[in-house]
Amino acid sequence: MSLLPFAIAAWLFIIGLYGVVTSKNFVHLIMCLVIVQSSTYVLLLAIGYKVGGVAPVFAGVKVGTPAVDPVVQALMLTDIVVEATVAALLLALAVQAQKRFRTLNPDKLQELRG
Amino acid sequence: MSRRVRSVLFVGSALAVFFVYLWAARGLPRFGHYQGPYGDVINQVGVFERHATDLVTAVNFDYRGFDTLGEEFILFISVIGVTLLLRQQPEEAKDEQDNMAKNDESLGRDAPEPSDATKVMTLALVGPLVAFGIYIVTHGQLSPGGGFQGGVILATAPLLVYLAGDYKTFQRVASHTVVEIGEAIGACAYVAVGLAGMAGGGLFLQNVLPLGTTGNINSAGTIAVISAGVGLEVAGGFVLLMHSFLEQALSLRLRSKQ
Repeated sequence: MSLLPFAIAAWLFIIGLYGVVTSKNFVHLIMCLVIVQSSTYVLLLAIGYKVGGVAPVFAGVKVGTPAVDPVVQALMLTDIVVEATVAALLLALAVQAQKRFRTLNPDKLQELRG
Repeated sequence: MSRRVRSVLFVGSALAVFFVYLWAARGLPRFGHYQGPYGDVINQVGVFERHATDLVTAVNFDYRGFDTLGEEFILFISVIGVTLLLRQQPEEAKDEQDNMAKNDESLGRDAPEPSDATKVMTLALVGPLVAFGIYIVTHGQLSPGGGFQGGVILATAPLLVYLAGDYKTFQRVASHTVVEIGEAIGACAYVAVGLAGMAGGGLFLQNVLPLGTTGNINSAGTIAVISAGVGLEVAGGFVLLMHSFLEQALSLRLRSKQ
C-alpha cells in the first residue's frame, strides 16, 4: 500500500509516454507530454507527505503542528510554471509545422522531409 | 521505424522502467513518513524568521529565491521564443494564400458571433476575476497563492474580454506595448529587489525590508514585493502569449478568406 503513490507516478509517466510514442497529432502529443510531466507532481508530493500533517500554511494554526514538506511543494510550483511555458513553446512549433508542412501528423512530417 | 516496431519497443522498455522504478521506490522512506530535514526545519523556523504564514511562498521567494529568479526568466525567455516563432514571415504573405483555404476547411469559416449569454457572463466575471487575481498576488505570504498563481488568474481577464467581443476589444483592453512594458517591469523588479539586498551590504536577495507583524498584508518584507513583481511578469507574459497565438489564428483566417 505504501508503494501506491509511487506506482501512480510511474503509471502517469508511462501512459503519457505511450501517448507520445503512438501520437498522430502534435497537439495530442504535447498534451501527452504534459501528462508525463504531471507524474513528477505526484512523486514530489508523495515524498513530502506526512501522515496527519497539515498544509504548510500557519495562518490560524499553532507553529509546531506537524505539517507536510513545503520545499517539495515549492518545487512542484516551479514544475507547473515550466510545464506551462514548455507547452506554449511546443504549441507555437506545432502552429509552424501546420503552416510549413500542412500537417500535424509526426509520421507524415518525416515523409515530407525524406 | 514502423509503428509496430515502435510499439513493441515501447512496451518492452516501459515494463522494464516500471518494475525497476518500483524496486527503487521500495528504498524510499515509506509513504507518509517524511524524513528529510529541510521541510521540518522550515516549518519550525519559517514563521519566526520571515513573518510569513504561507511557507511555500516563503520558500519560493526567499529561501529558494535565487532559483525562482531563474524560473521566472525561463518564463520570460519562452514568451520571447513564442513571439519569435509566431512572427509574420516575409514569404508567408504570398505562397500561403492559395492553398491554405483548401487544406484546412475549418479556416474558411467565419468566427461565430458570441451569444448574448456568453457576453453577459464573461463581462460580469471580468471584475471579480481581476479583484480575485490581485487578492491572490498580494496575499501570497499569508495564504496559499502568490505571484505565479495570481498572475495566471489576472491573465484570464483579457481572455474573457476576447470571448465576449473580438480581437480589437482584446487589444484595447490589453494593448501589446503596455503589456510588454508591464512584463519587463515585473522581471526587473525581482532583480532590483535582489540588488537592494547587496546595496545594503548584505547578500543578493537578502530580506532587507521591515518584516512587519505576522499575519498582516504588509508583512514578510521582500517576499510580498517579489510576489507582486512576479504577478505582473506572469500576467504580462501570458497575455503576450495570447496576443501571439490570437494574431496567428486571425491572420490565417483572414488569408483563407481572400
